[in-house]
Amino acid sequence: MNPREAAAAVVDPEIRVLTIDELGILRSVDEDPATGRVVVTITPTYTGCPAMDVIRADIRRALTAAGHPDAEVRTVHAPAWSTDWISESGRAKLAAAGIAPPQPVRAPGVVPLTLSVRCPRCGSPETEQLSHFGSTACKSLWRCRSCSEPFDHLKAL
Amino acid sequence: MNGPFEFTLGLGDDALIAAQRLAEWTTRAPEMEEDIALANIALDQLGAARLLLTYAGELEGAGRDEDALAYLRDDREFRNCLLVEQPNGDFAVTMAKLLFLSAYQLPLYTALAECADERLAAIGSKTRKESAYHLDHASLWVKRLGDGTEESHRRMQAAVDQVWPYVAELFAAAPGAPVDPATLRPEFDATVAAVLTEATLTRPETGWAPAGGRDGVHTEHLSYLLAEMQVLHRAHPGAKW
Repeated sequence: MNPREAAAAVVDPEIRVLTIDELGILRSVDEDPATGRVVVTITPTYTGCPAMDVIRADIRRALTAAGHPDAEVRTVHAPAWSTDWISESGRAKLAAAGIAPPQPVRAPGVVPLTLSVRCPRCGSPETEQLSHFGSTACKSLWRCRSCSEPFDHLKAL
Repeated sequence: MNGPFEFTLGLGDDALIAAQRLAEWTTRAPEMEEDIALANIALDQLGAARLLLTYAGELEGAGRDEDALAYLRDDREFRNCLLVEQPNGDFAVTMAKLLFLSAYQLPLYTALAECADERLAAIGSKTRKESAYHLDHASLWVKRLGDGTEESHRRMQAAVDQVWPYVAELFAAAPGAPVDPATLRPEFDATVAAVLTEATLTRPETGWAPAGGRDGVHTEHLSYLLAEMQVLHRAHPGAKW
């Protein structure tokens, strides 16, 4: 398996339906021409997110299995990760897993038009936020007034 | 010392000590959602602290990593502002502290994202996104409590009065720094004024303005906090996961 496929297959330990490629965490997988070593570049989601250390370990394990034991995982902070980087397939998988995908990130200064967050179970737009902060750093807690089910929403960042 | 070591250390210590105080609310918050929210905010603050302390260690060039800086310094070596080391008090005091801290950190991190120091710019572009949520959270609570019942209004006003003196130190001029905190005061005042007005609260007069944190002179609260935060690492130096 080539290194890019191996790295792209690593999943987020918290949101197990998404790979780090779909989440936009995986920025590049290159071979260092001088040493032949594989360099995987990633950008973290939230600065304090504990899953990032797990992801780094999983990438190393995946690349060792793919025949690159001396692969290096490099972290780059700029440009900062944004939920806009989540792929279309990633958004569909989030909704299918009962997590409302993020809204587009509003550029600062743009008039804030609050789009409704649809319930991932019944699709109703009649939903309300219970708390800005849900079960993980990247999610907020919502409730649907139609089917009255609680659900997580990936915050726009 | 080379580069903005002291400046970076100060910002890292602000976030580290804020994280430690916020984490004290875990299992003690008034409701489950708030317990999770404060833990999440603490985690964001800790994330920023890790980035800043790691960079500070590199700037110092004495081989100190984020753990050495966080766990093996005594209070006189810490450069955090006095605001963050103040005890949590009741929920209103914690929200007053968080409002003033985030109303300071948001413009600071936003300015950092544009500053000349590449590393700090990368950190600023990341942390400003998270601190916007902290400011939003604190503002919502201060408004609810301020414009709430007689009791919540009384407590929220008392909290603002109690914490306000520690604001001045945040904006002490540092002309050589990548971002001079004094330039952030106007935006801070505008943000805070809007929240306090909606919360039907009055902004105290600026009188007594304690300082010293940026020079290692702290209140009696910091050393107790450090004793609790550092004890495990000091009992088992070099322990690794």
